[in-house]
Amino acid sequence: MDLHFQGPEASAEERAAVDGVLRDQPAHRDLLLPALHAAQDRFGWVTPGALDYICRRLSVPPAEAHGVVTFYHLLSLEPMPAAMTHVCDDIACRVQGAERLCDELARRLGPEGEGGWKRSPCLGLCERAPAAVVIRAGAAPSAFAVAPASAEAIATEPEEDFTAFRRSVPREGGRLLHRIGRVDPSSLSGYLESGGYAGLRRAIEIGPAAVIGEVSASKLMGRGGAAFPTGRKWEAVARASARPHYVICNADESEPGTFKDRVLMEGDPFAVVEGMTIAGLATGSERGFLYIRGEYPLALRRMAAAIESARAGGWLGRDLQGSGLSFDIEIRRGAGAYICGEETALFNSIEGKRGEPRNKPPFPSEAGVFGKPTLVNNVETLVNIPLILRLGGEAYAKIGTSASTGPKLFCVSGHVERPGVYEVDFGATLGELIAMAGGVTGGRRLRAVLLGGAAGVFVGPDQLAMPLTFEGTRAAAATLGSGVILAFDDSTDLGDILLRIAAFFRDESCGQCVPCRVGTVRQAELLHRLRSGCLIGDLATELALLREIGQVMRDASICGLGQTASSAVESALTALELLAGPEPRS
Amino acid sequence: MIDDSLWFRPPPRPSQTPVAPPRPLIGMVSLTIDGQSVEVAASSTILEACRSIGVEIPTLCYLENLTPVNVCRICVVEVTGARVLVPACSRRVEPGMEIQTDSPRVALARRMVMEFLASSVDLSTAPQALEYARRYGARPERHGAAIETVEQPVKIDNDLYVRDYAKCILCYKCVEACGTDAQNTFAIAVAGRGFDARISTEADVPLPDSACVYCGNCIGVCPTGALMFRSEFEMRESGTWDESRQSKTDTICSYCGVGCTLTLHVQENRIVKVTSPMDVEVTHGNLCIKGRFGFEFVHDDPKEESSPVG
Ligand SMILES: Cc1cc2nc3c(=O)[nH]c(=O)nc-3n(C[C@H](O)[C@H](O)[C@H](O)COP(=O)(O)O)c2cc1C
Ligand code: SF4
Ligand code: SF4
Ligand code: SF4
Ligand code: FES
Ligand code: FES
Repeated sequence: MDLHFQGPEASAEERAAVDGVLRDQPAHRDLLLPALHAAQDRFGWVTPGALDYICRRLSVPPAEAHGVVTFYHLLSLEPMPAAMTHVCDDIACRVQGAERLCDELARRLGPEGEGGWKRSPCLGLCERAPAAVVIRAGAAPSAFAVAPASAEAIATEPEEDFTAFRRSVPREGGRLLHRIGRVDPSSLSGYLESGGYAGLRRAIEIGPAAVIGEVSASKLMGRGGAAFPTGRKWEAVARASARPHYVICNADESEPGTFKDRVLMEGDPFAVVEGMTIAGLATGSERGFLYIRGEYPLALRRMAAAIESARAGGWLGRDLQGSGLSFDIEIRRGAGAYICGEETALFNSIEGKRGEPRNKPPFPSEAGVFGKPTLVNNVETLVNIPLILRLGGEAYAKIGTSASTGPKLFCVSGHVERPGVYEVDFGATLGELIAMAGGVTGGRRLRAVLLGGAAGVFVGPDQLAMPLTFEGTRAAAATLGSGVILAFDDSTDLGDILLRIAAFFRDESCGQCVPCRVGTVRQAELLHRLRSGCLIGDLATELALLREIGQVMRDASICGLGQTASSAVESALTALELLAGPEPRS
Repeated sequence: MIDDSLWFRPPPRPSQTPVAPPRPLIGMVSLTIDGQSVEVAASSTILEACRSIGVEIPTLCYLENLTPVNVCRICVVEVTGARVLVPACSRRVEPGMEIQTDSPRVALARRMVMEFLASSVDLSTAPQALEYARRYGARPERHGAAIETVEQPVKIDNDLYVRDYAKCILCYKCVEACGTDAQNTFAIAVAGRGFDARISTEADVPLPDSACVYCGNCIGVCPTGALMFRSEFEMRESGTWDESRQSKTDTICSYCGVGCTLTLHVQENRIVKVTSPMDVEVTHGNLCIKGRFGFEFVHDDPKEESSPVG
């Protein structure tokens, strides 16, 4: 390759920032995103000198690097204030005053961008809405979340105290959540004393085939949204003949309303490491990646510390606990792109390319990251693995219902008294979960619930008896998605929520395929017309057009983002009869 | 003594002329397309299977010489049992597949894809796209006039070709041609995200400052006229471009020993554009700056000199 570099020469500072992450590792393209992060963290933007230096060191064509930087919302090619506050204006925060917060910041600090603050889609802190994440660049960069956020609160980094996690997990106990807020997440011995690593010990004892047998017997279904049987996936990767195999923990959690993976990583990081390690042993992988979204600074620190301690304690690395087996984990940080949670987009992101999904087939178990067989599992899925090995697959399968086994985490937020992560055995109804969270705030009337996040569906208060199982939601033409339960009381301006959802998909589409790239824009425009009353033709014509936009996105888009971009909107019109009344809300 | 005469004995004469070992049989797959049975090589795409029996499938981002990116989605077909439609251009056939190329879902998807493109992009120099829009009944006006489009000023920054991204459907063909599928220059890539995604040079610099070597292979594959010879662009601007008065003549490039086939597009005895046929072994449609743009010397009225770049 004869590359043409013409950027300005990098300063000593720029080179030092980049060299700090590249060190003497082989200069592969997959280090592109870590190197870009290094520049962003140091200067608050990716300076031309740093970018040119990165391209030279990694032999990346500058035009492609430009394409990669401009793909991610947390990377900037323009000078930006060194400290940037990302303020969530997404669904759960909207109903808790996010717009007021944005107005106040605009007044005090100046306009979005140059004022040192920016709007952001859901930051995964919905139980403490309204939320903000502050990212400070410099020689000693720092990042922290502030929630609930206010114009004053964002100025100082809150104290870190793990018992504060109890606020996010209002009910004590549980099979998956029992350590959170109670066992120090930075302590390996604390983890071991509370039953940690019993699953991995057993896995080493019984060997890969038996581990996969247990996972299959447990009938565990993926918790990332697609509900695919985990045992089948593990088996396919273990059997694939190409080598090496990889394990990826999908911690990109960006579905609006979802925060369970963050709470697990912040509050019980060793459990995630243990789950990944067992997955590695079972599928014959020696290398794992944890792909964590860029807006999770505390989870990132906790996971990095846990990986470090596990390595020091002989629970990661060569010859795990004298078993002769090896497994290690590398963390990769996302940079502000919901689409990178889609597994094939995630592969491209790790490989240093734009996070554009690939067409399937081939499936990840045949050709995943670096073209090799890859297992991708959600954080919650992996946290269930040690439990399955401790209990045995058969016993685990007795928890819950026959088609939805095990414990399940739900992210309850919006207008409820005690928002947070709730663990129940599969089978609980929607009404029971809302009751657990203390019911609707202030005893108001429930108007609607968004199930499964922005990619999910709205249901009305007539659906409270729906069992929140895979089969129960399917029967009601709803979805569990990532376990989101976002409640709205009868004072909510649902039209405004719909506009926000449409804007989310418009902003987060990768732009690759026509149905989604243009469809998400046309859908948003049409909803604005409905709201303003400036219709083209009559209401029936507009609604017919909306349905056709939805259908082509569902039928012809490459990936799940486009395929579900109309689902919440359409369900609001049918289930909530939003436009059936005398006039559209305005 | 060991009888080693074996070593000196000539091998027996073959009783028949030796033949090469048989090639492994290419697996064949049978499937049905619109109710018609068809048998094709297992490595075929649905598009190839359809073409083999004369079923036409529209394509915009697909080109024989490029790796399929399957992004335009105009080629989608319905496969029985599949949850969503599949792109014919890249999906491989499977035994027993039942394919519908004209179901109501397929028709709606194609109509909407063209409606989306026609409502957001200037298709005036994209005859193929305009034909699809007509064929599938796209009505872009349904989306109104106050809508987002990719409208932007045309980029004229060198003497050889112009880039009018208001006409770009983002089919990725130029990026592939500039990259590993042909040129390996990597001067352009997709930048930005979502509806704001655009084809861009590094840092969006003008072409003369970029890595571009002016092979023009991107122009050769662009289906919309977003990339256009400067000569064609100027003639269109002044209203003198007239394809009905143009002739095409194939010749061999005289610059070097590779011997690329050139197709000269001639109007009023002047070369107005140079292409190369996709199906010629030597070039597969690709040329270099000399063959593509170095034609001015042919014209007997020497035009005033200008440097090729900028
Ligand atoms: C647009 C989009 C975003 C996604 N985001 C996530 C995510 O943040 N976390 C996740 O675990 N899965 C996400 N998924 C699902 C993954 O593609 C994949 O199915 C999942 O990680 C598999 O893990 P599981 O089998 O354990 O559920 C997303 C899918 C789509 C289409
Ligand atoms: S559906 Fe949307 S997000 Fe997915 S590949 Fe297409 S444009 Fe990208
Ligand atoms: S002319 Fe050649 S080098 Fe320049 S952008 Fe086009 S394909 Fe790339
Ligand atoms: S410039 Fe032409 S070839 Fe390139 S993406 Fe746009 S339409 Fe396709
Ligand atoms: S953090 Fe604001 S909506 Fe989730
Ligand atoms: S031709 Fe198949 S997706 Fe474009």
